[in-house]
Amino acid sequence: MKTHEKKKGKAEDADSMAKRQREISVSEFFAKNRHLLGFDNPKKALLTAVKEAVDNSLDACEEAHILPEIEVKLERLSAPIVEAAPENEKDAKEGKDSKKRKGPVPTERYRLTITDNGPGIVATQIPKIFAKLLYGSKFHRLKMSRGQQGIGISAAGMYGQMTTGKPMRITSKLPKKDKAHFTELQIDTKKNTPDVLSEKDVDWKFKSPSGTSVEITLEGRYQRGRQSIDEFILQNTLSNPHGHFRFIDVDNQVFDYPRKTKELPEVPSEIKPHPYGVELGRFHQMAAETTARSLKTFLSNDFSRVSDKVASEILSTAGVKDVPASKITPDHLNKVHEAIPKVSIMSPPTDCIVPIGEELIMNTLKQHSKADFYTAVSRSPAVYRGNPFMVECALAYGGDLSGEEPMTVFRFANRVPLQFQPAACATFRVLTKLDWKKYGLNQPRNSLPVGPIAILIHVASVWVPFTSESKEAIADYPEIKQEIRLAVLECARQLSLHVNRAYRAAEAERKANYIDTYIPFIGEALQEMLKLSDSQKDKVVSTLRNTLERSKIDGD
Amino acid sequence: MATKNKAADNKALVGIDKTAREIYDKSLKGQKPQLKMPVRSLTNVKYKNKTGYLELSNQYKTRTLTYNTVKGFAQTLKMMSASKELIETNDHASKREMYYISKNWGPARFDEQPESDTVMDDIEAMMCVNREQLRFLPEEKGGEVAGQLIVFDRDRDTNKPIKIDCTGFGSGAYSIPISVEHLEFQTKAKFILCIETAGMFQRLVAHNYWRKANCILISMGGVPTRATRRFVRRLADTMKIPVYTFVDGDPYGIANIYRTLKVGSGNAAHINEFFCVPTATFMGITPQDIIDYKLPTHPLKDVDIKRAKDALKNDPFFQFHKPWVKAIEQMIKMGVRAEQQALAKHGLNYVIDEYLPEKIKAASKFLP
Repeated sequence: MKTHEKKKGKAEDADSMAKRQREISVSEFFAKNRHLLGFDNPKKALLTAVKEAVDNSLDACEEAHILPEIEVKLERLSAPIVEAAPENEKDAKEGKDSKKRKGPVPTERYRLTITDNGPGIVATQIPKIFAKLLYGSKFHRLKMSRGQQGIGISAAGMYGQMTTGKPMRITSKLPKKDKAHFTELQIDTKKNTPDVLSEKDVDWKFKSPSGTSVEITLEGRYQRGRQSIDEFILQNTLSNPHGHFRFIDVDNQVFDYPRKTKELPEVPSEIKPHPYGVELGRFHQMAAETTARSLKTFLSNDFSRVSDKVASEILSTAGVKDVPASKITPDHLNKVHEAIPKVSIMSPPTDCIVPIGEELIMNTLKQHSKADFYTAVSRSPAVYRGNPFMVECALAYGGDLSGEEPMTVFRFANRVPLQFQPAACATFRVLTKLDWKKYGLNQPRNSLPVGPIAILIHVASVWVPFTSESKEAIADYPEIKQEIRLAVLECARQLSLHVNRAYRAAEAERKANYIDTYIPFIGEALQEMLKLSDSQKDKVVSTLRNTLERSKIDGD
Repeated sequence: MATKNKAADNKALVGIDKTAREIYDKSLKGQKPQLKMPVRSLTNVKYKNKTGYLELSNQYKTRTLTYNTVKGFAQTLKMMSASKELIETNDHASKREMYYISKNWGPARFDEQPESDTVMDDIEAMMCVNREQLRFLPEEKGGEVAGQLIVFDRDRDTNKPIKIDCTGFGSGAYSIPISVEHLEFQTKAKFILCIETAGMFQRLVAHNYWRKANCILISMGGVPTRATRRFVRRLADTMKIPVYTFVDGDPYGIANIYRTLKVGSGNAAHINEFFCVPTATFMGITPQDIIDYKLPTHPLKDVDIKRAKDALKNDPFFQFHKPWVKAIEQMIKMGVRAEQQALAKHGLNYVIDEYLPEKIKAASKFLP
């Protein structure tokens, strides 16, 4: 800065700058950077809002051991825009101020209502959950769940508030109460705190004994087809066969997807962080919050796979003596953190990962497309940076799948469909690097193969690493890519067997036709030479055909 | 041509019926039928000096009906059936006509004539008959004849004898017909001279060499056709006159033209017994002639050398005759060849005035 000090205006000094230096609230930050949360453009914003609400509902139901029943209702409040305006993503990214300068970008106004039959939310928690960013139950634990950060639904509400000025309206009923609790909320973006506009007890209009209904009014665009709400709901039914989903679209059309199984997925267990995966900042924070009495017990109590023996080893490797918790200094922690990678520590337990299951993901693909061949594999759990994860893959081939299109890819992370940024995703990096030509598919360089093939990849983890907070693409960890690769290869091997089998069958048919073409001439010639009757001729032809059919399998 | 030869017809018919019956019986038993035929190659012939021709040895190949052979099988049987019909109706078909007949066979038809010719050769070998007995006729032209010979043919309609005087064709010649079995001869000639090239034949005819030497001149035009071989054979046998061969002094003239004339071909060994001239001898051009007559030469090409070495290595006829082994080895060593017409170096009529009289004087020393 100083080097640019020229005659343009008065030079700043520390005091003058200090006047402008103040805390930036998370809410403010995200208000300006809403693309980070998936609210880049009106169409995507609408979908992201649905996604965040549905994720939360599913998580809540599963934790309460309730078979989820989720209704998504979309109402258009403004006149629909007939001519599709070019989506100006750049403007959208810069926030609504820039929109104003460029004149009104045509958007539509919607009311989105998502209702679940979950356990309900205690009235006092509602404002924080829905109108405070980074508030939630899931960030501070390591457990496989859809939501992770406590941002999503608040961000959706904030987006609605910014684009329409309308508050969020939440109705939640607890099972033991007769009435539901209704709250009208706004978020104070400067302070990242909720403003409760009104609250009252109301009648619960739904059949379920408990549940939550969220209503957000927001600007957006609703279109069917790729990357639409329709597709998102459909894909959710695929990854959550135990859920009952209902979508009521802008034309009041109801799409009902009854559950396919009444079996709830196993509830994933929560694990403590593994030392290998903990970054220094978090390590300091954990030490500050620990209830352990000493440095050593902090290590053995708060981390997974750290026994007393391992804790001692870490301390001796770090050259730090065990001290009471109150005496732990940042220097201790830095040394200990540095020593951790030098000590061999068992991998974290992996039973905390719950797969969808080979059969279910295969069924998922079967619903999507009528193919000739399906296969699926669930890999054993593996570990990246101390976080357990596992990869599942299903593959469909042939049948009604188009041979002219690139491979269809369904991506799921902790059962949540990923619809955006495919090219940034670890799954694509793996799929485009594999050689698909040996399976009879065309493959442009560094691209997905072209052919009648669809693939589903599910990455489950206590902490799925996304490339951004909008959770659109899985980050490129080598361990994760390797597992994806192995899963895909396992499926591809099955495909290769199938393709060969199919090839052999086609070959056998071709040979049978070939034989059928010429055998009659042998019969005809024999008839002419030996003056056979027609029935004698037919007999010799059919006998010969059988003889050859039998042997052609042997490769003659 | 349509003159009936009962015995020959019979052999072909019996062969066809037997083969068809075997295939039929085996097929009905649920077995894969097979066609068995001798291997048609030099590797499957033997030579006995006593009989004097390349005889079929005992290697057979069987073609079993499978996916891969089903088309060829159908084609072979259809052609056998066609042959049978030709015999029964006392008709014949040329090789080309046979190829066109197959166009009625739908997918089993032949796409190109070489395919149909190969099947024809297979059937011929399978039945151990001559293709003329199957009533298939080649398009190939027979040789030409000039000189001291009267041939008796017959009028097709009246069956009256036709007398053909081979001295009466002027500067032209008598063409050997495709089938020669019915011909009769009358001659006082002292020898038959079989000549490789039409050019040399023309020179000798134009200067009436046959009158001077009292002989019969035959132009083979390369490797002699079956008809030419059979014609010379019948002529030599019935008239009891020697046959001298005059070809280019190169491995082709020796190992292909002369060998085929004398002992038959490796490819159709089943008919060699009748289609060769075991009494023929080799007048020239010998490797020694190249030296003795100081003939202009060309170097042997790779194919020539290969052919010569092949003759030494695989041909039982040459292997049997030590003088031939020596002569071929000599040629390989010299590395050169000389054409018949190289004699023109010494004057156009040198061949008539000097070479031929000198050589024929010493006919007993001709290579066997």
